[in-house]
Amino acid sequence: MFDTLPRILLGLLTGFLFGFFLQKGRVSNRRVILGQFLLRDFTVMKIMMTAILVGGIGVYAMLAAGWVQLSIKPAHLATIVLGGLIFGPAMVFLGYCPGTAVAAAGEGKRDAWWGLLGMTLGAAVYSELDASCARLRALADFGPVTLPQITGIPAHVWFAAVLVFAVLFFRWIDSRRAA
Amino acid sequence: MLSWFAFLTAGRPLGVSSAFVRLAAWIEGLIAPAHVEATPYLARLRPVLDWEFFLVAGIGLGALAASRLGEVRRQERPPAKRIAEAVIGGFFLMIGARLANGCTSGNGISGSLQLALSGWVFFLTIFVSGAAAAMLFRREAR
Repeated sequence: MFDTLPRILLGLLTGFLFGFFLQKGRVSNRRVILGQFLLRDFTVMKIMMTAILVGGIGVYAMLAAGWVQLSIKPAHLATIVLGGLIFGPAMVFLGYCPGTAVAAAGEGKRDAWWGLLGMTLGAAVYSELDASCARLRALADFGPVTLPQITGIPAHVWFAAVLVFAVLFFRWIDSRRAA
Repeated sequence: MLSWFAFLTAGRPLGVSSAFVRLAAWIEGLIAPAHVEATPYLARLRPVLDWEFFLVAGIGLGALAASRLGEVRRQERPPAKRIAEAVIGGFFLMIGARLANGCTSGNGISGSLQLALSGWVFFLTIFVSGAAAAMLFRREAR
């Protein structure tokens, strides 16, 4: 029933830092999240791009050093796209994603508590439906592949491309806002 | 950098949404244990109180600590419409997340930073569909 104590404490510590940064980064505020979807406030994109770049370069460096292994989820594209199409609008209505909902709830935001109730019900209902989604999952299953594997373009080129795109894009956004 | 820490210490990326399946499995287990055993999706997620579960608990505590360090505002009681939105939104959020096998953290960030095809496809799908929904329904938003 329980994981080992060191793993539990590590989970708690990692979560604590994650929640702390989410709140300080203002993404436990649903107006900031909604602002991103309305393309008015790019805080969420900036945080996600930073996390992807910093995290990704670090993880690939540790992979090269042999310290870690990647943990790639299989690309079941049919269920990922369908799930994403449900997830995006649901995130607009709730105003949070699962992680930021937990952060907002911890902060004491009442609407997020109700969101957690809905999420737990959703998880229970999905558990009943999972078996019937097997065929849909198999429909477009590309396995646990990465972009470098399918394109032959190495990881550092991908990160460089994302970095250049992010810098140019956010500069453009900020200059437009200043104008 | 936090994801470096998660990879190094736990050997796995950050993710949030499957903790809700564990919570649902745990509650259902109290009411109808035979049903949990008979449902593979619930039964495979043992142990219930694992690294990710405490990760999620930690997120709440961390955000609480961060907000207490900042200015403390009294949280108003939400109107009924907002409660309904939150419950229904949360419900479909989790259906979508589990169907796609991960949420914004597990798929969007942890998947994308490993350059997983699954992560980038999910990230783009939620961004486009969420933006479309926001433009349609929340134009007037604060």
